[in-house]
Amino acid sequence: MTYSGFRVIKEALTGHRGWGPAWRTPEPKSHYDYVIIGGGGHGLATAHYLASVYGQARVAVLEKGWIGGGNVGRNTTIIRSNYLLDGNEPFYEMSLKLWEGLEQDLNYNAMVSQRGILNLIHSDAQRDAFVRRGNAMMLNGADADLMSTEDILKRYPFLNVNNARFPIKGGLAQHRGGTVRHDAVAWGYARAADRRGVDIIQNCEVTGFRIENGKCLGVETSRGFVGAGKVAACVAGSSGRLMAKAGMRLPIESHVLQAFVTEGLKPVLPGVITFGAGHFYCSQSDKGGLVFGGDIDGYNSYAQRGNLPVVEDVCEGGMAIFPMLGRVRLLRMWGGIMDMSMDGSPIIDQTHIEGLYFNGGWCYGGFKATPASGMAYAHLLATGQPHEKATAYRFDRFETGRMIDEKGMGNQPNLH
Amino acid sequence: MIINHPLLGPRDAAEFTYLGDAKMIHRPTAWEAEDALAQFTEYGYLRDNPAGTHRELWFHEQGDRSWLVVTRDTTTHEISDVQLARDVARAEGRGK
Repeated sequence: MTYSGFRVIKEALTGHRGWGPAWRTPEPKSHYDYVIIGGGGHGLATAHYLASVYGQARVAVLEKGWIGGGNVGRNTTIIRSNYLLDGNEPFYEMSLKLWEGLEQDLNYNAMVSQRGILNLIHSDAQRDAFVRRGNAMMLNGADADLMSTEDILKRYPFLNVNNARFPIKGGLAQHRGGTVRHDAVAWGYARAADRRGVDIIQNCEVTGFRIENGKCLGVETSRGFVGAGKVAACVAGSSGRLMAKAGMRLPIESHVLQAFVTEGLKPVLPGVITFGAGHFYCSQSDKGGLVFGGDIDGYNSYAQRGNLPVVEDVCEGGMAIFPMLGRVRLLRMWGGIMDMSMDGSPIIDQTHIEGLYFNGGWCYGGFKATPASGMAYAHLLATGQPHEKATAYRFDRFETGRMIDEKGMGNQPNLH
Repeated sequence: MIINHPLLGPRDAAEFTYLGDAKMIHRPTAWEAEDALAQFTEYGYLRDNPAGTHRELWFHEQGDRSWLVVTRDTTTHEISDVQLARDVARAEGRGK
């Protein structure tokens, strides 16, 4: 069933009786070529690209809860590719290009909105760093634009540019950045993968791995054993917990990141704004709520809820540049669990166990990476070789010292 | 979160900064060993990351600047035990 404008009108005129489920609810088979653990954005994208780009149809996605119920349903929906380092920038730029063609590829309205992202500059040193970053982005085919305070005020007249501590001295804009409707990403990928024969199995928790003689033969699940040629873990946030079942320790800690949304407002914020000096980022959803967040809570957590000091810190950061926020009611807040890796960059690699693959360590930037993560992981699974844009995301970089430390914080996950 | 400091009593967790797993007390010493690289890679980068009881290092940065070993449940944030890291390290045979 293809979605189209014609079909929407036809259904509108006939009482919306023709819509069916967007994906099937199959029983797990006894064996698949590929079993993907985790039905989040990355897992579903991997399944979609395995089927559509690499022609693999005997694929299952096993999801403990329901599709879109994990981190893909609890993030701040921002997409961008304003990275600095060689290992990262080409990868995230590939992701942004895939976002631009996503809706046509999936035949699904994911509400990709390239409203632009603006990183504010508050000091001369920060301007130097952002000029360098902008150049690195353009060298990798991304777009970057250094904006003056006057240009910024034309677009965002409410910004407090004369803050005593953090005056706004300009900004680095990526006009192709923006936001995407996060749930629609999961649903769109699920539907597209399902239409190519991928089995999406919800309420199916992986409870263990069947490993014999160093080879992974499949997974034990709450719905019985599922055999697999290749098992692909893709459960960022719970990577530590899952891979411990295979006896692995990872260069990852799980931390909680809180996000917030206000009551619905009329359109006030045309793009995404980030306030790096205090760490605050904000966009306005299509429903009108201001969606914002800041730092992680900073200690290991699986609680999916944060604590109040960070709420205070984030709201202070917001008030510093958006004084008008003080008049707005906070509608809700939530916490998601992320893999904070030791250098702040992800891992897409095979493990030392034959047939067992790993994708995780996305820190709190996994959403924007969804299409490229799926593409690179599908490439690794189908060909056995890392994708050309993801060659740096290997486990051995921690042993060889080839860290991709975008923030230069060393092996302290809570600082990335 | 309230951390019950052994010397100062209950303090707000916001006064502290977090380092990570308390196993970091045991830094490998055998830098000349055959497997020194593996030992230091494990020490520096690999973590257990459990969902449940976790022993971890907290620094009372905005207080008396002591290091604490806090035993905390990562699924509920409940703290069951707090000790001075110095005492823990000595009890585990370090710092002689």
